[in-house]
Amino acid sequence: MGKFSLKGRNWKQFLSDNKPVVVLLILIITMSFLSDRFLTWSNIITVLRQTSINAVIATGMTFAILIGGIDLSVGSVLAITGAIAASLVASGMNIILVIILTLLIGLVIGLLNGLLISKGRLQPFIATLGTMTLLRGLTLVYTQGRPISIFGSDTSAIFSKIGTGYFLGIPIPVYIMLVVFFISWYTLNHLKIGRYTYALGSNEEATMYSGIKTDNIKLFVYAVAGVLAALAGIIVTARLGSAQPTAGSGYELDAIAAVVIGGTSMAGGIGTIFGTAIGAIIIGILDNALNMLQVSSYYQDVAKGVVILIAVLLDRKQRKSR
Amino acid sequence: MEEKIVSMENIIKEFSGVRVLDNVNFNIYKGKIMALVGENGAGKSTLMKILTGVYLRTSGKVLFDGEPVDFNTTKESQDKGIAFIHQELNLVRDLSIGENIFLGREPVGPGGKIKWRKLFDDSREWLTKLGLDEDPRELVKNISVGKQQMIEIAKALSLDAQVIIMDEPTGALTMSETERLFEVVKELREAGHSIVYISHRLNEIFEICDHVTVLRDGTLVGEEPIEKLDEDRIIEMMVGRKLSEQYPRVDTEIGEVVLEVKGLTNRFVENVSFQLRKGEILGVAGLVGAGRTELARTIYGVYQPESGEILVNGSPVSIKSPKDALKNGIAYLSEDRKENGIVLGMDLVENVTLASLGNYVGKIGNIDKSKERESTDRYIKSMSIKAAGRNQLLQFLSGGNQQKVALAKNLDTNPGILLLDEPTRGVDVGAKKEIYELINKYKQEGMSILMVSSEIPEILGISDRVMIMHEGRVSGTIDIAEADQEKIMTYAVGKEVS
Repeated sequence: MGKFSLKGRNWKQFLSDNKPVVVLLILIITMSFLSDRFLTWSNIITVLRQTSINAVIATGMTFAILIGGIDLSVGSVLAITGAIAASLVASGMNIILVIILTLLIGLVIGLLNGLLISKGRLQPFIATLGTMTLLRGLTLVYTQGRPISIFGSDTSAIFSKIGTGYFLGIPIPVYIMLVVFFISWYTLNHLKIGRYTYALGSNEEATMYSGIKTDNIKLFVYAVAGVLAALAGIIVTARLGSAQPTAGSGYELDAIAAVVIGGTSMAGGIGTIFGTAIGAIIIGILDNALNMLQVSSYYQDVAKGVVILIAVLLDRKQRKSR
Repeated sequence: MEEKIVSMENIIKEFSGVRVLDNVNFNIYKGKIMALVGENGAGKSTLMKILTGVYLRTSGKVLFDGEPVDFNTTKESQDKGIAFIHQELNLVRDLSIGENIFLGREPVGPGGKIKWRKLFDDSREWLTKLGLDEDPRELVKNISVGKQQMIEIAKALSLDAQVIIMDEPTGALTMSETERLFEVVKELREAGHSIVYISHRLNEIFEICDHVTVLRDGTLVGEEPIEKLDEDRIIEMMVGRKLSEQYPRVDTEIGEVVLEVKGLTNRFVENVSFQLRKGEILGVAGLVGAGRTELARTIYGVYQPESGEILVNGSPVSIKSPKDALKNGIAYLSEDRKENGIVLGMDLVENVTLASLGNYVGKIGNIDKSKERESTDRYIKSMSIKAAGRNQLLQFLSGGNQQKVALAKNLDTNPGILLLDEPTRGVDVGAKKEIYELINKYKQEGMSILMVSSEIPEILGISDRVMIMHEGRVSGTIDIAEADQEKIMTYAVGKEVS
């Protein structure tokens, strides 16, 4: 579980335990030969900024997948929370309040998913497929199908800094991503609820028999996924200066891809935030690289699909061998 | 001299350099039943997996009917006529009996259309041979485990199996199902089939086997005809030392009533009342399905009572979940540790503290990992748990050691009342005794223990009192001084003792 530490291991062992890192290195080395712009500071920053949104969503997805579940609604949560945030900012509400309210909405939606899955005994796939469609519809109703601009009040510019600003030459979303990584890693590895998350994903019955309220863990996990999707909604809206009604479509798939490339098992119980971080960066680099190499957008998806499959196959092979 | 159908000679098997079988010889005689016994980890399954082509041997020879053979897949061994019936049955629960028997070998007509009538007719024939009147169209999930076992045998016979390997076939069977299985096994022997019978239950081996092969730590201890052996001798061969007494008894002073159950009733149990005292082991005997596990789980809060009362130390308590039970000092060791006792994908530390993690929380809500490690090491030492280290995943431990970890998890909640459900199921003889000794130790420390067990010798061996259940009710309670096998069985089948 705690594959985060490098203490007492040599690099060979580390790489064989962390195949995603190998894929990442191969990708970086290949690209640095193919394009001399790739390993420039400005491009690295671009990749990290582009990765940050998927990384934040994928971190929430990691929690859901760790308990053997899934959250398909994250893209729609991003859209509706983004739209609400945009109209609140435009109305001149205090920025801190906007952020808190938006995250709360994400929390409530996450809890709703959690309730449908725990108390309602729905399959996570079905429950979140339902809320995904429902929320997308609500977003279209709320926005009337038109983008909502964040501008129009004196706080708009400050809000947009969340997506566009820099601190010490590094974009704000990158800091947000790192903070999310750290808190999630700490939660999973050092808090009771994190331990229970792994236990629930490995053996729900045994977890229940150990006196743990498994329903509460499910609520927590989907709440995390909801809050982080809302956080991504804030970043996207701030970056673009407006909320698009179709924002976040398909983001759930990139998030799932990042989690799975990072070595998390869809069956639950196995996986790390470190892996998800690597997975998100791999996807970010791929997008960046394919654009840089001017691959037609049709072929981009083909290439992305192939890399996802290779990464997962490598990981699978390693796990089967003993 | 008996004729050998299979003879494995000087088998060596290594897994990444670790030798798990060392020069083992193993014979199966035509028309005979060979018992294969040994503690968990002795190499029984590995040996059988080599015979059936699941594993490749590192060196050695396998002869079938005198011819050297080399099975690379289970299919190849099947084609020669060797069938392996695993402990966890390999049936597709949502398919019918007939479809299971002919899975992958369905009779087909032109265009690949399955000849359903032929399939079901043939299935019925095999079922009839085994004395089953089940409809071959019935889904497997709707029949009892005992009958599922028979379906596996039917499948083996339909494959024209000359050699049938059975791994712990009676583990989940009721007494009558076990008897039925023995009849069938004996009939198979009469019909000239050869059988390998793997079991921990020595009385079964004496009932049906002709020869016994004992393995220990991957080596052959010996092969003897059954007449030359007795139970003690087999145990000695398995564990490599004299077992002076398998059931160590300790007498303690029994104190006041700690747990009292009054008129407990739900869909599993009816009007169950009993008292459990400090420092006492109350054995709960009965047939499979008598409601013993369900009683323990109702007390533990997994199932809800419809009426009745539970009192802990004299005051009524409301237990709606395992969490409530643990709060009241009641811990439960599950009969099915892989299902709900332990987390196979977690290590020793995480398993030991799973139910008591609240005691390991540091100043800022973080888990105090060094404290966790200390406690786990203490259990590893005091219970002599054999593991590569505290960070080994539970899936790599033997059954006995997994059970010790499950027990450690319970103890770490600091319970006053310990509900043990089949505490030595799937545990080898040597580890059994260690577990009895641990139970005795906790009794001496003043814990009150309720022990559900299907093994009557175990009940007689360490309980202070025996409560027998029949169809959800308590049919009798006997003091250990007056208890014997016969009395327990009489109550267990629901008869009055005269």
